[in-house]
Amino acid sequence: MKHFKTALMSGVAVAAFATAAMADGHGCKVTDGRVSIIGNEFPAIQTVGAGAQACAGDNVTVESNLTADHQKINLAGMQGNPAEYTTAIIANSSIVALMNNDVIRPLDDLIAKHGGDLQKTQIITINGKAMAVAFMANAQHLVYRADLLKEAGLEVPTSYEDMLSAAKMLREKGLSENPVGGAYKAGWNLAQEFNNMFLGYGGQHFKDGSAEPMVNSEAGVKALEMMKSLSEYMNPDFLTHDSNVTNGEFRAGNVALMNMWGSRAATMTDADGVPQEVIDGFAIAGPMTVGGGSVPATTLWWDGWTVAKNISDADAEATFLAMMNGINPDRILSDDETAKQAVWLLEGYEPTPSAEGVFAAAQSGAIPYPMLPYMGLMHTALGAELTDFMQGKESAEQALGDVEAAYRAAAKENGFLQ
Amino acid sequence: MKHRTFFWFFLPTGLAMLVFIAFPIVSVLMQSVFLPHEAVLIETENCGPFGCKVETAIDQEATNKLREAAPLGRFAGLEIYKDRGHLAFSEVGEAWRTTDSLGAFFSELGDLPFYRAMAFTLTYTFVCTPLLIALGFAVAVGVNSLNQRLKGLVIFFSLLPMIVTPLVGSLILFWMIDSRGVLGNFISYLANDPSLSLKASTPLMWISLIIYGIWSSAPFAFVVFYAGLQTVPQDTLESAQIDGATRWQRIRYVVIPHLMPLVTFVALIQLMDNFRVFEPIVGFNAEAHATSLSWIIFNDLSGETQQLSAAATTSVLTILGVAVLLSPVLVRTWRDFKGGH
Repeated sequence: MKHFKTALMSGVAVAAFATAAMADGHGCKVTDGRVSIIGNEFPAIQTVGAGAQACAGDNVTVESNLTADHQKINLAGMQGNPAEYTTAIIANSSIVALMNNDVIRPLDDLIAKHGGDLQKTQIITINGKAMAVAFMANAQHLVYRADLLKEAGLEVPTSYEDMLSAAKMLREKGLSENPVGGAYKAGWNLAQEFNNMFLGYGGQHFKDGSAEPMVNSEAGVKALEMMKSLSEYMNPDFLTHDSNVTNGEFRAGNVALMNMWGSRAATMTDADGVPQEVIDGFAIAGPMTVGGGSVPATTLWWDGWTVAKNISDADAEATFLAMMNGINPDRILSDDETAKQAVWLLEGYEPTPSAEGVFAAAQSGAIPYPMLPYMGLMHTALGAELTDFMQGKESAEQALGDVEAAYRAAAKENGFLQ
Repeated sequence: MKHRTFFWFFLPTGLAMLVFIAFPIVSVLMQSVFLPHEAVLIETENCGPFGCKVETAIDQEATNKLREAAPLGRFAGLEIYKDRGHLAFSEVGEAWRTTDSLGAFFSELGDLPFYRAMAFTLTYTFVCTPLLIALGFAVAVGVNSLNQRLKGLVIFFSLLPMIVTPLVGSLILFWMIDSRGVLGNFISYLANDPSLSLKASTPLMWISLIIYGIWSSAPFAFVVFYAGLQTVPQDTLESAQIDGATRWQRIRYVVIPHLMPLVTFVALIQLMDNFRVFEPIVGFNAEAHATSLSWIIFNDLSGETQQLSAAATTSVLTILGVAVLLSPVLVRTWRDFKGGH
């Protein structure tokens, strides 16, 4: 009967649980309650989680489950009553799933009571209600090897066209076999790179105010063609490379130019065994434009936390206070190590050199990742249907037609399209 | 056995099967014929660190009212089964009408997620299963003729692929076939093509997945056949030897017929196991080249918007697929049952 159970199988995420043992309530105003955090795993979020865990005490339990698979479990973990997770750390893309299913609560009363230290820009309001507290900004931008560019006599690229010609030069001069890096792994990453390029060409995913798809357009075709040209200069395995692997390629010195997340830029050369020339040559620049456009081909992101709806008001207050301690500016900004982990949206934050790329993205008018209820379905359809084009098995128009067809089927199923 | 005795004997098993097998299947079936309610959308002004923007959100009050009125959602009948993400009836019909050769028709079919997944799943199932049975049998015969001292050690090593967690096993192989990995490097040296990459080519990726499938499942066949070999009647073997049968003839005419029921057993279990291939696809990051029904279910559930009805429908289709694979043995069992009465 073993075979039947798999038919009912869903993704099971391996999660590492950590319970705070320290009862050091330093600066923490929580006296009792239950706090349980679910969130992504990268250095800045670990810092926030550790700050919240410092609130654990005799009557306060703080659990934190930080995992790359957080999106697969946060919704299920907040739908019960009482919810397993009292707070989810999310980004502007993933708050949508929680909003769609009505599992997070408005924070206006808690902000009025305890949120005096927050900056106005940190408060995410949706339809006039505060639904999340943002603590960091993020964007993808160029990181490169200054030493290799200098050796080839090249300027730092400001557009993807420059990147292509630089890549050609680097290969011809024998400085790098596959000079371009990119998180082009089939699925979420590939779709995100398409979104960047598509917005850079002035594309729009949906018809105004509706869930009708519009990706099979001139901008869509141009975006795919640019991605294809770039992929000629990438490691041939690019469809299996996510941001972790792409980072590894850069650290190993195999890549000279790539579009990478700001949240990973600061720690790029911190790993063991990174060759000295990579450490010395590593440099950060702003995001690139494409096709002569003025808006850079990237998206702006924020990371923040929410509070679950299906928990007692007391637990919600405890959670709010613990998370406020997690993003305590004094603690995060006084330590150089944590201060450089992200572009913190906290009071008193001074940009470190590694934040330059994200700041350039925000200043050059990059578009925030769309917070639309049906964007997740579009992202999934893009991730699954663009691979055939990238492998040269079909034309850009065909691939984008498949994306629209796949999206339409999913959007009808979920009640967004008739 | 009296009916009464049989009833009490079977009751605990029956209850467990009802709770753990029948109810979940009923629940999946229900989910696959209902859709979420139509979303009531409202325009909202959303503000954050990057300024304010007019966007769309779901009107929770209105949607909750719809949910309360019909908690199961919209009844869709077989709508989801027919849509592009599943059996894609209208797309298949369209492809049939507009293509003029079978090759073009199948290439159109390969563009639809369900048929793309089936193409790989069936190839994987029907290539892996016979090969892993042959390999398992060869290992079993080999081990059986070993010296008693060596046996334990060799059995342990032969079982290792089955002991390793599938996800970990496939990850290890994935790294080995990387163009900078041990195997990948060796293969590109053999092919005399430094730019050869197993991960970038669909046929090579399929072959890697199939080799992994054989490697990881052969120990199961080996264990079963090895146990079976201990029951081969020595008298028959000895008389065959006296009649002058060679080792190969003894295996062909004595051992294999004796083990035939076990071959059927292993074939069935492996057909079903291979039909729901999943871990190697994730471990090999192979979704650009190969997908399976289980992988589609995983993908539907792991996006930012979970597609429960779509996943449930694929689950039902998987159950139907397993039932089709099982049908030969079901028919035979039914015949035996009829014959017995």
